[in-house]
Amino acid sequence: MVIVDYGVGNLFSLKSSLDFLGFSCTVTSDPKEISKADKIFLPGVGAFADAIHKLSENGLDQIIRQRAADGVPLLGICLGMQMLFNKSYEYGEHAGLGLIPGDVCPIAADLSQPLKIPQMGWNSLRFRRESPLFRYIHDGDFVYYVHSYYAKNCAESIIATSDYGVEITGAVQNGNVYGTQFHPEKSGQVGLAILQAFCEL
Amino acid sequence: MLTKRIIPCLDVRDGRVVKGMNFEGIQDVSDPVEMAAFYNGAGADELVFYDITASFEGRKLFTEILRRVAAQIFIPLTVGGGINSCADFERVLLCGADKVSVNSGAIRNPSLIGEAARKYGNQCVVLSMDVKRSNGHFEVFAKGGRQATGIDAVEWAKYGEANGAGELVLNSIDTDGVKQGFDIEMLHTVCGAVSIPVVASGGAGRMEDFTELFAKTNADAGLAASIFHFRQVEIRQLKDYLHQNGVPVRR
Repeated sequence: MVIVDYGVGNLFSLKSSLDFLGFSCTVTSDPKEISKADKIFLPGVGAFADAIHKLSENGLDQIIRQRAADGVPLLGICLGMQMLFNKSYEYGEHAGLGLIPGDVCPIAADLSQPLKIPQMGWNSLRFRRESPLFRYIHDGDFVYYVHSYYAKNCAESIIATSDYGVEITGAVQNGNVYGTQFHPEKSGQVGLAILQAFCEL
Repeated sequence: MLTKRIIPCLDVRDGRVVKGMNFEGIQDVSDPVEMAAFYNGAGADELVFYDITASFEGRKLFTEILRRVAAQIFIPLTVGGGINSCADFERVLLCGADKVSVNSGAIRNPSLIGEAARKYGNQCVVLSMDVKRSNGHFEVFAKGGRQATGIDAVEWAKYGEANGAGELVLNSIDTDGVKQGFDIEMLHTVCGAVSIPVVASGGAGRMEDFTELFAKTNADAGLAASIFHFRQVEIRQLKDYLHQNGVPVRR
């Protein structure tokens, strides 16, 4: 298993979570390592444009697309999930990896009541579809979010949502491509259980 | 629905938690790693580690402790104390911190907020403010509340938000340590001026203080230290109480 390191975000927690669960994984930016991996984690925090630029700078976007097409389970986390979609409207319009149909848009534009941005904290998940990702957790369990943008126009791949004034896309699945807007590596026991389920795919 | 957060704060000096005691079943009552594990199991929504060490040696110990905590606690960690530059951000982020809290360092060099936000993202930058009533307004104090700055708290909060702070910690010097409740007036005033999440700090003594906080202000989280360390208030019990009183919490 590999955690894709493209110079964005805190990979320590994710690596620690997987270590804690007893799964060995490598934090790497090496295309060869990623080409051999049987599970791929795509983490990320920060701004979309910067992240997708860094990812494609090293040609990692091509490799990730190829591996996803080969059927390798891929899990995007937070900004890593957002990058799975067709495009993002964060400071302009930017193309994503295109592995899941949908767009990433600002939460603020869709709020009918003045809620704080970013959504920061613990929110409950409502399951929308069955997914192997949820085999060890329950509808209503709490997970930790920090984000100002969310995925839209992706109804067919949504597997869980959370309510924050609008229905926030919490988790998605398109075949072997998975994503969570929340941070499983920061969501206590529930988050560990989600990572466990992914690692066992 | 997004829940209100309950956050214990661990003040660490030279590798030991200050005021840490009364922990049942924990041998070394002042060990920050064990206290973090205790709070993780007790239902804390986040942990704040505050480094009040003066020496370089003590600071090395602190980063080592952070690493050990981050390797086994899978809830968000905020780290503050002695943050004066992006290099300080980097130092604690590499140890597993998720958010970095900056206080006096931002007063000395306000551009630090923007620099850090551009480099690490807004979600990572927490502006912590020590606030005290002074000449009919709320004033920001530096150096752990010892030094007046002449900066208006509302203006400073707005500046922080505009420059990329993703969260504010508002600590009331007037109510800190008094245990007669949060500084509702100050929190209400400053919270109302910004639209980023706010953590309230200073004054919590009883469970009722938290219901009052969430009923009367727009704060997103309540932070406390000694009442949790001395187990005057148990986090699980507090969350049950808040839930019964209509406050959404993670249980």
